Amino acid sequence: MCEFLLMHRFANPVRFQRLARPLTAWFGWSGALLTAVGLLGGLFVTPPDYLQGETVRILYIHVPTAWLGMAGWTGIAVASVMQLVWRHPLASVAARACAVPGAVYAAICLMTGSIWGRPTWGTWWQWDGRLTSMLVLFFLYLAYIALASAAGREESGQKISAIFGLVGAVNLPVIHYSVLWWRTLHQGQSIGLTGSSIDRSLLWPLPLSALGFTLIFASIVLMRMRAMLAEAKVEARLKRMARG
Amino acid sequence: MTAMLTAWPFVIAAYAVTILGTLGLAGWALVALRRAEARADALDRRPQATQAGVR
Repeated sequence: MCEFLLMHRFANPVRFQRLARPLTAWFGWSGALLTAVGLLGGLFVTPPDYLQGETVRILYIHVPTAWLGMAGWTGIAVASVMQLVWRHPLASVAARACAVPGAVYAAICLMTGSIWGRPTWGTWWQWDGRLTSMLVLFFLYLAYIALASAAGREESGQKISAIFGLVGAVNLPVIHYSVLWWRTLHQGQSIGLTGSSIDRSLLWPLPLSALGFTLIFASIVLMRMRAMLAEAKVEARLKRMARG
Repeated sequence: MTAMLTAWPFVIAAYAVTILGTLGLAGWALVALRRAEARADALDRRPQATQAGVR
């Protein structure tokens, strides 16, 4: 009930803008600071891994980008539910705002994974369960971006985008459990809710860089939402002026 | 030692891809926001300017 009331409190774009403006800067700068500390720690302070050597340092960027690639689509799916069930006026804006940052981070995840794979596995790419499902996520993002931009601000088109956003969410558990379902090349889960199999001397920069990248992502999504609302305002004003 | 040295180009390449990608994305989002807000502000000012001109 509380979440429901809070959700509708920010249905008003003016109220949303008032909150989003300071949060954009705050998230951006604090995210940049945390990311810098996490990445510098991961590059210069942590020791090399006994098995992977220096390549383990790719962990501090690969894991956050994989998380954000999946978090972006989770954002699209949650916003799609809000749009279809509660007709929240900002839901479709939020879903569209998550798409490009999510696609960029899914692409970065695939690229850094490929760069990690070459010295570790001896290959740039394998049709492994985790890699393939992540590639599918990237293609889903491209399809969603094309669909949402073709739909524009028409309600029926936005509804189709929202349904696509929900259907695409089926891929998220596939990505998560792929390392358990198909035991191929990608290593199994090393960080869980109850603990981690990674040594503490190697692990500490990871939460910093993951939180830092997440805050930067949130700042970018807020910038996208504010830009879309400003564009919608211009479009509505021009239509009113044309009508006279 | 050789293995450790040869790993660094891969590490640097991965960090470069991530940092440049993030900076590019943030820069693009910021420029798009500034442009959209500037257009909205210009349109907000336009009716007032027209009215002032008529008077």
